[in-house]
Amino acid sequence: MLTQFLTILIFVAIIGCILYGRRLIKTEKVDAVFGNPERAKGGTHWVIVGSSAILLVWLYYSWDIAKGFYPKSANELCQVAKINESLLGLKYQFPIEEREFKSTSIIKIENKNLQRVTNEIQNSSDLNDQQKNILVRYIDQTKKLIPLLTNEDLMEMNTKLEIQELTEQIKLLSSDFQKKDYPFETAEQKAERLKAVSEQGSWGIITVRTGTGSIENTIEVPMVPETNKGLKFDYAAKELKLINDKFFKLRNHNLQFKNSIKKLKDEIKSYRKSLDDSDEIASTFAKDIVKIARRIEYASIYPPAALNEMKNAIIEFDNVQKDQQGGLWLIDLILFPAGTIVSSGTSCSEQGSGRWLPKPSDTFNKFVLMSKPSIGYKNIPLLWIEMIDVSSIIGFILPDWIADILPGEYPVHTNEGVVKQNFKGKVLKIVTGDFKLFKIPVPYGHIWDSFLRVFLGLVFGIIIGVPLGLFMGLNRFAKGFFDPLIELYRPVPPLAWAPLIISVLGIDNTGKVFLLFMVSLSIMIISARAGASGTQLSKIHAAHSLGASKRQILRHVIFPNSLPEILTGIRVAVGMCWGTLVAAEFLAGTTGIGFVENVAKKYFQYEVIWITIFIMGMLGLLFDITLRKIIDKTIPWRGKG
Amino acid sequence: MSDLVSLNLNMIFKSPKGETVHALKDVSFTLKKGELLTVLGPSGCGKTTLLNIAAGFLRPTSGKLTLNEKEIDGPGVERGMVFQQGALFEWLTVAENVNFGLRMKQENHEVTAKKVEEWLDIVGLKGFGNTPTYQLSGGMQQRVALARCLINDPDLILMDEPLGALDALTREKMQSLVLKIWKETGKTIILITHSVEEALLLGERLYVMAPRPGRIHKEYKLPFAEMGLKEDLREIKKNKEFSSKREEILSMIWNMEEEIMGKEN
Repeated sequence: MLTQFLTILIFVAIIGCILYGRRLIKTEKVDAVFGNPERAKGGTHWVIVGSSAILLVWLYYSWDIAKGFYPKSANELCQVAKINESLLGLKYQFPIEEREFKSTSIIKIENKNLQRVTNEIQNSSDLNDQQKNILVRYIDQTKKLIPLLTNEDLMEMNTKLEIQELTEQIKLLSSDFQKKDYPFETAEQKAERLKAVSEQGSWGIITVRTGTGSIENTIEVPMVPETNKGLKFDYAAKELKLINDKFFKLRNHNLQFKNSIKKLKDEIKSYRKSLDDSDEIASTFAKDIVKIARRIEYASIYPPAALNEMKNAIIEFDNVQKDQQGGLWLIDLILFPAGTIVSSGTSCSEQGSGRWLPKPSDTFNKFVLMSKPSIGYKNIPLLWIEMIDVSSIIGFILPDWIADILPGEYPVHTNEGVVKQNFKGKVLKIVTGDFKLFKIPVPYGHIWDSFLRVFLGLVFGIIIGVPLGLFMGLNRFAKGFFDPLIELYRPVPPLAWAPLIISVLGIDNTGKVFLLFMVSLSIMIISARAGASGTQLSKIHAAHSLGASKRQILRHVIFPNSLPEILTGIRVAVGMCWGTLVAAEFLAGTTGIGFVENVAKKYFQYEVIWITIFIMGMLGLLFDITLRKIIDKTIPWRGKG
Repeated sequence: MSDLVSLNLNMIFKSPKGETVHALKDVSFTLKKGELLTVLGPSGCGKTTLLNIAAGFLRPTSGKLTLNEKEIDGPGVERGMVFQQGALFEWLTVAENVNFGLRMKQENHEVTAKKVEEWLDIVGLKGFGNTPTYQLSGGMQQRVALARCLINDPDLILMDEPLGALDALTREKMQSLVLKIWKETGKTIILITHSVEEALLLGERLYVMAPRPGRIHKEYKLPFAEMGLKEDLREIKKNKEFSSKREEILSMIWNMEEEIMGKEN
């Protein structure tokens, strides 16, 4: 429903905006000079066209438009696929999809093979003339087997009757197939099928088995036919399968052929027995000839006109089933670009872009599910709020040894078995958080965890990096002393540190925060140093002659003067930290956006992968916009000094 | 006696390569309280070095400079400085720039605010107190720099080409302002300039310095500053005496420059 509405809206928006844009261009004759940058300014309507086009391509290539407008089409196409699969074997026998009869091509191939073996025998230097003669005679005998199969007069009555019966069955199926109430389903069968339909769910992600608490068990395309049309195809496919199997069991062997091949096999067998070890080559050739003879035996070679009836029946059925598809083939052609469901055979899966490009509607559904605290991803939602008592936060922050260093002893129980609390005991309760206060909301979830790691890493980097950077910018000793240290670790890609740091500090927050701290530290030091050493001397002179002390100059002149560099450094560091964090979460961890993507990768959950990609992009953008706003607010003088 | 006395001031710079530059050689002079001295000279004659020593940013190699009989050995509030580019703190507003010195001394807030108002009025920036400095034009920035320096009530004001970066019209206005402030406050001022006209117009006394080694080449006592307090500056420029002095000094500096070029070639 939403997809249909969205698709139509997009079409309207694109057409409307293009028309508006064209009208605007016509009225803008004033600046007709090519290359005037003024002309590139503004144009929200083109932004709408651009983003709508992206969304449309996404809707189209993920087959979401097909799903929105024809929700049953995938299920029906799956049934068509079943018929195609059943027909495939039969069709290959005739020049319907192939160029020639299967019999013709087998005869051609085997004749060629026999000729090749003959040549090899004639030219072989390891065979004596007698052996050659015997082998060539066998080849002639094998060749003579083929006419025994292709002669219609020799064909047995039984075989003819069976072919006729199969043909009749196909014809009957064709006529039945066109009937409205085919396959004559009883009420009981129907009830059973509909039950199965309701159990299998529908195309894409709509329902979730809440009992399991996970959303991994979603299906691509439902297999059990939902519609009457689908049922027809499903049933016919089953019938065809039976015909198909029967036909492949059928052999066109008459008495004369059976005798001849038996005789040939026996002769070759006894000949091979008569040969000793030194005549291994002759034995191998004889074996090859038997192989060819056996292939002819099992290849179902029929006389040229024997299967004509059947061929026509199959062609007729094929036409009938295509007829019965109605508009379905058009939907398949137009709304299922870059792939198809039909080629998946009986497995009923999306073969093509619909598989790895998740449908917007599915993605949205999955996003909603992942955001729900009751479902989440691996039982953790993306972002939610938890009520936590302030006492546990206090207990977490205050170290326990505060109680230990107090004078006195912890309370000891009395003879009556009563514990009397004293001051030291009470302090212990406070520092361990063993008391009740009011509750405050605290966010948690994958997004929050990732955000917190970046934030903490960045804050530590700033707290240590900025003072150190300023110090290095102002002091020759500090510059010289710390420079080698920083220049040694800074050029190493942060991810190269990750395995070491994660194995030393653990896969939880500590390791990642430390890694991000390392990333942000070097950036903050370098930017603060550049800011400090870039202070104009005249400003420092001015502050000096206005009576400022060293500390005051640092606080009121050098620091504000370095602020543009420091804030730019923060902006760079955020980007670097964000990229490093996601990769670090890939490596190890139990929460975080990178962790979600890594798990989704293992289970081929394309929707989740795309959702994480989207979230990462949005969060990165959000960080950057926020910082840009902060920069604009705090240092409006930047570049104007 | 609040005089600025210079006694055999020498300044020798050593470059890392071992070359020595004699920036100042035996510079001696006495500047009485309330005098306006302009210093003129070709580039490299040690004007700025002299000013930096007076401000306390540099220590002389030998000799000494005393203000009020106290030797100068570091920057101090009693010597205010105005720079060529203003050197304003662009992250502060006009008022915050002006009261910077007082804030650093942590003076009373209300008194400071009142003083800032007064000084902004004197330099012609009334009502600009809350304007961010980076939004000001070059001339206005120099006015702020003047106010910032004067609010500290220094005994000596050092100006390092304060009007060098301004356009001709603004420059003329600022020259009048400098004269006005000099008259009203009676401060001792040393003003360094590149412009001969400016040096003549503003200087009660004028030193022409010569380079290599930097020294005082010639000293003038001029009447034009006094005249400028009453008359229009443009009228003074038409004065015959003014023109002849200007030609004399110009040719003097021209010769110095020629001499340097000759040495280098």
